[in-house]
Amino acid sequence: MGSHHDHDHDHDGGSHLSEVELRVRALESLLVEKGYVEPRALDAIVETYEKKVGPRNGARVVAKAWSDPAYRRWLLEDASEAIASLGYIGRQGENMVALENTDRIHNLVVCTLCSCYPWPVLGLPPVWYKSAPYRSRAVIDPRAVLGEFGVTLAADVEVRVWDSTAEIRYMVLPQRPAGTQGWSEERLAELVTRDSMIGTGLPRTP
Amino acid sequence: MNTVHDMGGQQNYGAVAPEADEPVFHHDWERRVLAMNLAMGATKLWNIDQGRAAVEKLPPAQYVASSYYEKWFVRLQHLLLERGLVQPAELEEGRAREPGRKLDVLTADRVAAALANRRASEREPLSAARFAAGDRVRARNIHPRSHTRLPLYCRDKPGTIALVHGAHVFPDTNALGAGEQPQWLYAVRFEAADLWGADTTAAAVYVDCFEPYLLPR
Repeated sequence: MGSHHDHDHDHDGGSHLSEVELRVRALESLLVEKGYVEPRALDAIVETYEKKVGPRNGARVVAKAWSDPAYRRWLLEDASEAIASLGYIGRQGENMVALENTDRIHNLVVCTLCSCYPWPVLGLPPVWYKSAPYRSRAVIDPRAVLGEFGVTLAADVEVRVWDSTAEIRYMVLPQRPAGTQGWSEERLAELVTRDSMIGTGLPRTP
Repeated sequence: MNTVHDMGGQQNYGAVAPEADEPVFHHDWERRVLAMNLAMGATKLWNIDQGRAAVEKLPPAQYVASSYYEKWFVRLQHLLLERGLVQPAELEEGRAREPGRKLDVLTADRVAAALANRRASEREPLSAARFAAGDRVRARNIHPRSHTRLPLYCRDKPGTIALVHGAHVFPDTNALGAGEQPQWLYAVRFEAADLWGADTTAAAVYVDCFEPYLLPR
């Protein structure tokens, strides 16, 4: 089986389906024949995670927290409810905690044991988040990992790493970039990257 | 079980390779594997902890060499076989030899509600919490042969309770089919120097620990 970096260049309808592609198709037709899955239900699941859920949700949470002090307090005290109030609910995000980055504290989220990730606000995790290099080194050498994302923090910043070992899902509330006074939430949300909400990146600057 | 999935602190896997503008899926079969796992999970024939345990039981070399969705694919096959939902020959041929069992199948009209679930692992506590924020604790030095969510790197290390998360399904028993047995869950702050000595660039690592993983100190 190939690694995830071997892109199929003749996927749908191509003549050289990979072995894994053939085996997955065989399993799906078996499960359909057995009456265990409904293909339209599978399509609906894919559609949800490919089109509807993603890091733009989290960006709206962050932009609102940057704009509205009461919402920010709520997010930091009860992230599950504050996030649900914007309609972002569901699997892998039922119990949320928001971690506030400051001038002195930088938070970074990892799951060393598998791939736990807050799906309702960030979507499905990127390959690197699930990869051995990230899972192994984030907890021991986070500054080197940050360097691989092009992020360098001042020496006096306290780097806190959060290992998602249970069903609590963490998201980082990054610092609002300077020079954004008076910006609308919509405009602020454009500055919020997925990685800035994991802690491997910083928001874009205007 | 002590095996390769417990990766925290390993140092020979190379550099992280972020992909610019990464797509949600890299191959069409990944979409189907994700969806089949979630749809079969919705039938409640196994729980999330049994699903995780099934991945951890892969042979170490296979675990490390497989991509995420390859692991999910193999895990699903194992669980289907283990529960007697399919026969090995059926998997081989991709064709049913006998009718399927009657399951509570996830239908398309129920997908949105199933994915919008708001209740995962939190339960009514069975007893008062043993610890409060600020309490000094030590992670137990345990090495169960079965599923656990206490990483190796913090076992037998001193820490401090940072957050009390309420009572949650206990993965160690739930993975064995021995019941949810809800336990208090805490975010425990471990000073990085206590975990790694001088060989770290972290200040602290926070690990979500169930009460049975912890002792007072």
